Amino acid sequence: MTTLDFKIAGYTIRSRLLMGTGKFSSHSVMADAIVAGGSHIVTAALRRVDLQQPKDAFLDAIAVNDTILLTNTSGARTAAEAIRLARLGGSKSPWVKLEVTPEPNHLLPDTIETVAAAAVLVKEGFIVLPYIHADPVACKRLEDVGCPAVMPLGAPIGTNRGLATRDQLRIIVDQSSVPVIVDAGLGAPSHASEAMEMGADAVLVNTAIATARDPVAMARAFKWAVDAGRLAYVSGVAGERLMAAASSPLTGFLR
Amino acid sequence: MTDTHRRWEGIPAKVPGASIDDLLAQPYAIFTELTDDQLEALAQRAVALTRQRFGSVIRLFVPLYLSNYCYNHCTYCGFSYHRDINRYTLTDADVSENVAILQQKGFQHVLLLTGESSKDVEMTYFTRILPLVRPYMAQVGMEVQPLDGADYKALIDLGLDAVTVYQETYHKDRYLMYHLSGKKRRFDYRLNTPDRAAQAGIIRVTIGALLGLSDWQFEAVALVDHLRYLYKRYWQTQWGVSFPRITTLFDGGASLQRVTDRQLVQLVCGFRCLFPDLGITLSTRESVALRDGLIGLGITDMSAESITSPGGYSGVVADEQFETSDHRSLADIRAMLGARGLDAVVKDWDRHFLMRG
Repeated sequence: MTTLDFKIAGYTIRSRLLMGTGKFSSHSVMADAIVAGGSHIVTAALRRVDLQQPKDAFLDAIAVNDTILLTNTSGARTAAEAIRLARLGGSKSPWVKLEVTPEPNHLLPDTIETVAAAAVLVKEGFIVLPYIHADPVACKRLEDVGCPAVMPLGAPIGTNRGLATRDQLRIIVDQSSVPVIVDAGLGAPSHASEAMEMGADAVLVNTAIATARDPVAMARAFKWAVDAGRLAYVSGVAGERLMAAASSPLTGFLR
Repeated sequence: MTDTHRRWEGIPAKVPGASIDDLLAQPYAIFTELTDDQLEALAQRAVALTRQRFGSVIRLFVPLYLSNYCYNHCTYCGFSYHRDINRYTLTDADVSENVAILQQKGFQHVLLLTGESSKDVEMTYFTRILPLVRPYMAQVGMEVQPLDGADYKALIDLGLDAVTVYQETYHKDRYLMYHLSGKKRRFDYRLNTPDRAAQAGIIRVTIGALLGLSDWQFEAVALVDHLRYLYKRYWQTQWGVSFPRITTLFDGGASLQRVTDRQLVQLVCGFRCLFPDLGITLSTRESVALRDGLIGLGITDMSAESITSPGGYSGVVADEQFETSDHRSLADIRAMLGARGLDAVVKDWDRHFLMRG
């Protein structure tokens, strides 16, 4: 029987759907969506969390299903800012989604600063999951500095455009020796399925779930899509062909 | 005739057959006089975009007035120099007391405001006050007189995150009719303030026009051009806009060009569609009914429990800049947003972004 779990940094992760926690209409809707999506890893922006308080209502709402809290450095513009935030979040979780986005509108990652920050945080013992362009070389560089997974983007954050970067994602999936988690831009469950069929290890979804008319049901739809895509991948998806393939080999006479 | 005038005159009077896509494809046509159907379609577009880009949330902040001293003569402002009002500048103890009260109420984003009194309420005062506020708030903004770039840099080092500076009106002739004396008459120095703030490294800058001082379509054209310029040049800055609206003048010869509720809605929705990621702050000045109506349509930020007199939260006696009509508490606003399927976010930043070391 095919199992759907996978490993990051030696930890067994039950679900290949990671969820973000921004943009929800309430804490309770968010918590219900996390349960419905069955996510094991859930990311939360440190800037939304009151780090001075031992208890934080936002974090409490996320802590369902034994979730692993993946703090994120959303809002950081430089490696230094991201490192400072990650260290503060270290009291809440050793898992950090590294986001360095100097341009505040499209929130595209700064590759140079991201690699620099990842190197520092990995050395300090953090489990660093970097949000990065669908840049195969950058993904290898992040692997080299010790990131136990990479998170290339499918399309700019919040755009719901799907796998706009699919050609580069294929290369990343081919080349990577750590899990590839497609992050950002997935607008519909079919987009998540496509990423999984391609061989991505997991996906991270936020906007498409949080801003759906029914976020809880949409979380469930993404869960099914992710599982379906994974099952299809391990079962061997029949590739598309431009021409019909001859059923008896044409070069059989050579053997 | 300026470029803004030319573009303003180029806005068609009406294009009843045009779709929202048609109108948005032209630079400023979205500010034409819309039919009811067009306005509704624009609002629908704005709601969808706001939801996609910002989610089902509204960020809340609270203003804290530090002083109502002012050396400008502005014909629309309650703090204007010649007005015989009860003036006061908060002491260090007042500031600490008010910040503690606001923190206790649950606020984490604060906007510090003053009149423009470069004699007493200036850098020495600001550099003393900021450290009293910074440790207790997740985001600190200032709406004070325009400062030099070096001053903004110094304030960033003390933890300043955000700057608000309204041009009041982009129409220079009319600007000089409302601003009769004082440093505020320097139109160009004020106009270049967002540049200086962004160059210094301020993270979030909010600009705007005080609606009523000039033709609303003229201000719309100028604001669009200003934002387009700023977005291109300062790509790391979070830009925001607000459309405060005034309805009364205290004195002076110039008359107001009132902006209707409908035009205000068109501005909010039009700017949302032209700039999907733009922060749009809803002014404290508006009525409960209008604030509630606008919330779903493109607003990202609003204030609650605003008092526009210095130290009003701790009971300091001084006169206010303008009267607010929405007196609801943070809890009331939170409940109202919740009922409309919106999460009230009081913390969306962290003081550690700017802390050194």
